[in-house]
Amino acid sequence: MTSGNAAHKTILVVGGGISGLTAALEAAEVGYEVILVEKNPYLGGRVAQHHKYFPKLCSPTCGLEINFQRIRNNPRVTFHTLTEVEKVEGSAGNYQVRLRRNPRYVNDKCTACGDCAKACEVEIANPFNFGLGKLKAIHNSHDMAFPNRFVMDAEFAKTDAAKKLVAVCPVGAIEPDMQPQMVDLTVGAVIWATGWQPYDAAKIRPYGFGSNANVTTNMRFERMSSAYGPTGGKIQRPSDGQAPASVAFIQCAGSRDHNYLPFCSRICCLASMKQATYVREQYPDAQVTLFYIDLRAMDRYEAFQKKIEADPKVEWVKSKPARIEENPANKNPIVIGEDTLTGVRYRREFDLVVLATGMEPNAALQPVPAANVPTDDYGFVVNDGGGIIAVGCAAGPLDVAGAVQSGTAAALKAIQALAQVKG
Amino acid sequence: MAYNLSFARKVYKNAEMGHWIKMCMQCGVCSGSCPLGPLGAWEFGPREIFQRVRAGKEEEILGSGAMWMCTSCYNCIVRCPRGLPITHIVHGLARYAVETGKVKPTQPTARFATKVFWNNIVKTGRVGEAALSMHLYFIDGIGTGISNVLEMKDVALGMLKSKRLNPIPFRGKIKGYDGFKKMLDKAFELEKK
Repeated sequence: MTSGNAAHKTILVVGGGISGLTAALEAAEVGYEVILVEKNPYLGGRVAQHHKYFPKLCSPTCGLEINFQRIRNNPRVTFHTLTEVEKVEGSAGNYQVRLRRNPRYVNDKCTACGDCAKACEVEIANPFNFGLGKLKAIHNSHDMAFPNRFVMDAEFAKTDAAKKLVAVCPVGAIEPDMQPQMVDLTVGAVIWATGWQPYDAAKIRPYGFGSNANVTTNMRFERMSSAYGPTGGKIQRPSDGQAPASVAFIQCAGSRDHNYLPFCSRICCLASMKQATYVREQYPDAQVTLFYIDLRAMDRYEAFQKKIEADPKVEWVKSKPARIEENPANKNPIVIGEDTLTGVRYRREFDLVVLATGMEPNAALQPVPAANVPTDDYGFVVNDGGGIIAVGCAAGPLDVAGAVQSGTAAALKAIQALAQVKG
Repeated sequence: MAYNLSFARKVYKNAEMGHWIKMCMQCGVCSGSCPLGPLGAWEFGPREIFQRVRAGKEEEILGSGAMWMCTSCYNCIVRCPRGLPITHIVHGLARYAVETGKVKPTQPTARFATKVFWNNIVKTGRVGEAALSMHLYFIDGIGTGISNVLEMKDVALGMLKSKRLNPIPFRGKIKGYDGFKKMLDKAFELEKK
């Protein structure tokens, strides 16, 4: 390897989810300098919010822990949380990047002892749990957060209550006056790993999410099922906290639909089948009903589908429901549609309905701040062979395993982009 | 069983909006959204009509009352995930059934639409409600006509009172009837092409 400008050996990875983590580590472990930036106060992205992975049904915590260990042990990876990319200029081998580092209001002396949270009287809706449950305005993002450091809510930081907490901290870590910082740097390649948002279910008006308490979404259900989630892992009806005797999953809620997301997110069928196992494990008598247009158990996942199909308490209805009403007496959602195998129109009441919403690319909501980065019709970033390389769900909907593979591939693409410039 | 696409191809080519049927993915949202579904009013919902067109069920579909039940509420168009103009396709199929002579002569909506309503509006350029209802009631002769009139007289009087029924049977042609006629002639000319 020829030695050039240090920038030629530096790769910027934008997004600290599973794709970005993988890309950063794969590149760093073969000798490249990597700067990893993440918008949230913690690394791990969407994977950190999951209760279990499919198809092995294990917790994502151990997989993330391994990656965090690799970061700790690798001096070539520098990471910044609460950091966004303001702009990228230049070309492969020589990108000028401006980062905006948003204040955490807690410096790196923090030991995560929790004294500040105990003293704090203000609570906010928990963003990690999609607003389900409350947490203190100064908090650790979640139990397994990496870095294990507290963070203060930006609105709360402006208040006098925040200033009073400064004296509570035994190590002097709280700084409500902390300001955003702009950081300019030069890198040789940029890996864009900004992932996805769950599609906003409130936009699917006929399904009544937001007005009907017992209509929830798959990511909220994931948090509800997690032992670290808002209910401590108890699956319950949001309206009254009761255990559901019947749970319906509605596939393609806001997906494959020109009114909403026109594409298939590839993971929702398996995710709902996985979530069916959560219900069936917790409530052996509960009935699960899956409404689907057609099942898309991609790749090798058909075996998982066969396993769920063997459960007599899981019913499959080939139908995209037309709408959901609410029974005013018990707040049960009533799902209305046509069973397309029989032609029979149904009107069925459930205790809980889970909408399997798809992936909206973050790059569509917050475009890559660089010139000439192509995106497809849906806002996913298209790789055009340049030095800005899209990876994981920034490039297209993927499951976790696919995102890891994509991360490794992106590391190689970034290294190739650097090598071409060095000539 | 072999696929027979000959009927489907005829529909794609000749029925207005018929080519859209190709785009249907059989999700069932249209049939689930149709307000007539819970009434059990139709033989087939829109999804099933499209499925049967593809399956080559020519006589069954064109002879059915399914397309004639549509009230043009547009629920299906609004919700269809693939953007099919379902209401228009269904009307297109109804018209195709008339053109091909496959519509059952007893189909009440077809009789009303293609004979009573059409003749009424073409003659003067406006709907003459009194003549329209008389024509409809007596469509099967004097005997049934009288019993129809007796049956509907309270409804008719109510509509008269609330000014929803113009009692004058023949009100003459609309202003600019010639232009209206020209438009119709042009439409017929275009359709022949």
